[in-house]
Amino acid sequence: MTQKPATAEPAAKPATGAARRKPASSSKKDSTRKRRRLDEHIVEIVSDSGEGAQKAGQTFGTVSAKMGNGVWTVEIIPAEIKPPARSRAGASGIRVRFGSRPMTNMGDEADLVVAFNEQVLYGRIAQGAFKPGTVILLESKWADDRQEEVQRQYAEALEQFAEQGFRVVELPMEAACQEILPGTRVGKNMFVLGMLTEIYDRDLQTALDEVAFVFHKKGEKVVSVNQELLRAGREFAQEHLAGDPVDLAFDIPAYKIEGETVVMNGNQAAGLGILASGMDVVAMYPITPATSVSHYLSGAFSRVGGLVHQAEDEIAAIGFAIGASYAGKTACTITSGPGLALKTEFLGLAVMAEIPLVVWVVQRGGPSTGLPTKVEQGDLMAALHASPGDAPKIILAPSDHEECFHFVILARRLAEAFRTPVMVLSDANLATGVAPFPRPKPRADWMAPAIDQSPWEEAVEPYDWDPDTGLSPRPVPGQAGGEYTLTGLAHTQKSKVAYDPKVNQVGSEMRSRKLATFQETLKPPEIHGDPEGDLLVVGWGSTRGSIEEAVDRLRADGQKVSSVHLRFLSPMEPGLQEIFERFRRVMTVEINYSDPPGAPHITPENRRRAQLARLLRDQTLVDVDCWSIVPGQPLPPTQIAKAVTERLESLEQTEKGAA
Amino acid sequence: MNGLRTEWSLDVPERYFTLESYEGGVARWCPGCGDHGVLTAVQRICRDEQIPPEKVVAVSGIGCSSRFPHYMHTYGFHGLHGRALPVACGVKSRRPDLHVWVATGDGDCCSIGAGHWIHAVRYNMDMTVMLFDNNIYGLTKMQTSPTSPQGLVTNTHPSGAWLPPMNVVQAMLGFTNVSFVARTVDWNLGHLYQTLRTAYHHRGLSFVHILQRCTAYTADLFDRLRSDPTKLLVLTHEDGVPVDPAVEKVYTNQQEHDPADLATARQLAEPQDDVVPIGLFYRNSDAPLYETFTEHGLGMPVEEKLAAVERELDRFAV
Repeated sequence: MTQKPATAEPAAKPATGAARRKPASSSKKDSTRKRRRLDEHIVEIVSDSGEGAQKAGQTFGTVSAKMGNGVWTVEIIPAEIKPPARSRAGASGIRVRFGSRPMTNMGDEADLVVAFNEQVLYGRIAQGAFKPGTVILLESKWADDRQEEVQRQYAEALEQFAEQGFRVVELPMEAACQEILPGTRVGKNMFVLGMLTEIYDRDLQTALDEVAFVFHKKGEKVVSVNQELLRAGREFAQEHLAGDPVDLAFDIPAYKIEGETVVMNGNQAAGLGILASGMDVVAMYPITPATSVSHYLSGAFSRVGGLVHQAEDEIAAIGFAIGASYAGKTACTITSGPGLALKTEFLGLAVMAEIPLVVWVVQRGGPSTGLPTKVEQGDLMAALHASPGDAPKIILAPSDHEECFHFVILARRLAEAFRTPVMVLSDANLATGVAPFPRPKPRADWMAPAIDQSPWEEAVEPYDWDPDTGLSPRPVPGQAGGEYTLTGLAHTQKSKVAYDPKVNQVGSEMRSRKLATFQETLKPPEIHGDPEGDLLVVGWGSTRGSIEEAVDRLRADGQKVSSVHLRFLSPMEPGLQEIFERFRRVMTVEINYSDPPGAPHITPENRRRAQLARLLRDQTLVDVDCWSIVPGQPLPPTQIAKAVTERLESLEQTEKGAA
Repeated sequence: MNGLRTEWSLDVPERYFTLESYEGGVARWCPGCGDHGVLTAVQRICRDEQIPPEKVVAVSGIGCSSRFPHYMHTYGFHGLHGRALPVACGVKSRRPDLHVWVATGDGDCCSIGAGHWIHAVRYNMDMTVMLFDNNIYGLTKMQTSPTSPQGLVTNTHPSGAWLPPMNVVQAMLGFTNVSFVARTVDWNLGHLYQTLRTAYHHRGLSFVHILQRCTAYTADLFDRLRSDPTKLLVLTHEDGVPVDPAVEKVYTNQQEHDPADLATARQLAEPQDDVVPIGLFYRNSDAPLYETFTEHGLGMPVEEKLAAVERELDRFAV
């Protein structure tokens, strides 16, 4: 990113205090400004922690969604609550990608950035978040800071940013806010929201309403101050960012969305799914990035009727949920990687004793405490193999926000029908990102109680396995005649402890057979692109949008590339081998670690491949390749396209070599 | 009833439960193990209280005493080592109609499950928790437990247990929101029955510390207490554990103790020479119950829930 493009404007030259930009006197305040029409834009707001950048970005995303744009947001979260101010690693903020079509991923580099100080930008630059030509609206007060060191840092940054081709526009945003809130440093976020509403021609009333909604709990006074800030920001943009020399006025038209729409992040979607699934009990222990599901639910259950139990630890949380489920109530537990590790013994019990349970896992970077606030798809193997011994369980992975909602309902039904724990693997990308999706239509049968208290026919054993399917009905406490003692020990159909070889073999077969029975009800996955070609990309979870966007670009370039995305990981969707054989090469794209081919000591024999790739090789006997990295961030489509292109090139070289 | 006039007959309940109604097969504890007596006491209480067997849930962890649910002909949950209490709390959370009995041991409760122990006491959900304390790990064959007396020779401490034993009652009386703490012994069936029955009637988490003999590994551990009845100090009070005449006659060492008096309870819990107090140490019927919160919205009709979910969706509507 050191290349300096021709479009870099002189506005990027290092400024001194005296050269602060004066308000452009020629600015127009009407909405008839000439606007550049665009298909999409990527905006970032970057700040120190606690300056409200995320709230501004989420609100901007919601306003844009309400105006009919496709939206996808990604939060930029430091691991600490309050990292030191002006620290390069402590950047906190948000990216909003929006446009005239549905948005399915965070995209590549940002087009417009608002930054409250220059230091926080370094981290973003290091992550490749910007490109030459990216416009940076930078708080200018640091140029006159009382500390000379700060002045020096600021001047140095301006120089460096200009060298990298960013178009820096210095703006006295904080000073303008202080006209409304004298003596404070708060309120810049809503001011910036106001600026963005002007730059992108967002409807003022929609934005004001949204601000009112966001702050309604804090009282009328707070609402009106924030609305005032928004208006001020809007006027500020009209004055400073119109006409000469910087004209920022864009038009990103709406696209037509069929039917009603809702907009939320993936954790909220999961929370709403939990409500709509009729869940009685959610037991959890605080863990990033899963906890916000319970934050939402703790309020919502007071209105919908249900329980969030904050347990004393991760083990107790799943134990409590299992107890509730055993007693006939619908229950789930919510966690992330380290919590999943602690829950494994109880997961094994739920498999062994066939207790329905939904386990919602919001994956983060691992192993150990890893990257608490960052994205990774590293828990597939951990989920699959959670528990010693053979512990077959159903594993699902939603690929977008809408699926975060519906997969709870699906998971609950599967858990009860198959008398098993069902694990759902979401991730930090879905958890915190906001996107619109069609409004679900909750149904009474989703909420039907699991509990049946009519007498149990005494002749029916508590594990009356159908030898063909492994399925059996479940007696629930309160049902006369169904009394049995559940146990994690090997047991007969009567739930009697038995250690003889046959009983253990039969029990294991029955538990495993349920997965095969379930798999028979699934269809092969849909193929994105042609059903045959040179290369097939296989993904799972939150990467679907990026993978499909990359595939679409490559196809537009004439490459014979397609993709499939798996929602069911245990058991897997059927027909994979047949699909794979129609492509010359199959590779997974995942956000978990794999040895890069060609790294020191790495051979095809000892290479540790990405997690889905390993499962697919096992399942299909196809030589499935993979491209996977662990940057702690979602994968931008360009990076995926580049990796796929490299594989295509090496494919051609190999074949040329062979010829 | 053909021709039978109602004033001629007593009210006959539709179902009557006998001891057999609660017996779930032959218990496979060692002959002479103290657990047998506890099992019988619980079955008698269920019979005397006429609790429908399907409304009883016996929850346990892992260990000898945790086999308890298998020998009850009721619902049972024989789960994981140390994890009986979270499961029991979950069972009770949305099922106020169920009667929960928890069987746990000194290793299960006070060692691997100690974290849950403290918190379950604080939640104070309505259940009876029986700590079968034999001062040893039995199922895994004679390892030191948290309540093993210092110097006890075990397989993990062949030269004698290093540390002083944990004082269970003293610990209980220090936990926040404790609502019922009693102690009894497996070899005094009358006191055992009355203690467990008093615990059953207490609304909240009733904790009963049961000194229990292990014939295999600590057979003579309680001999001193058994051979000299005056070594057991029987706590008496009208709000305490009722003392049967037979017990009163044999156990003459008695002390009137008001279970509302926490300070005295704590003094009684202090180790005192070789006298062990039994009976009700402490009871606080006003301790808040976690059920107040967990039962929220129970029985809300589906239509009402659906309408509430629609209102939730409205909040996110574009």
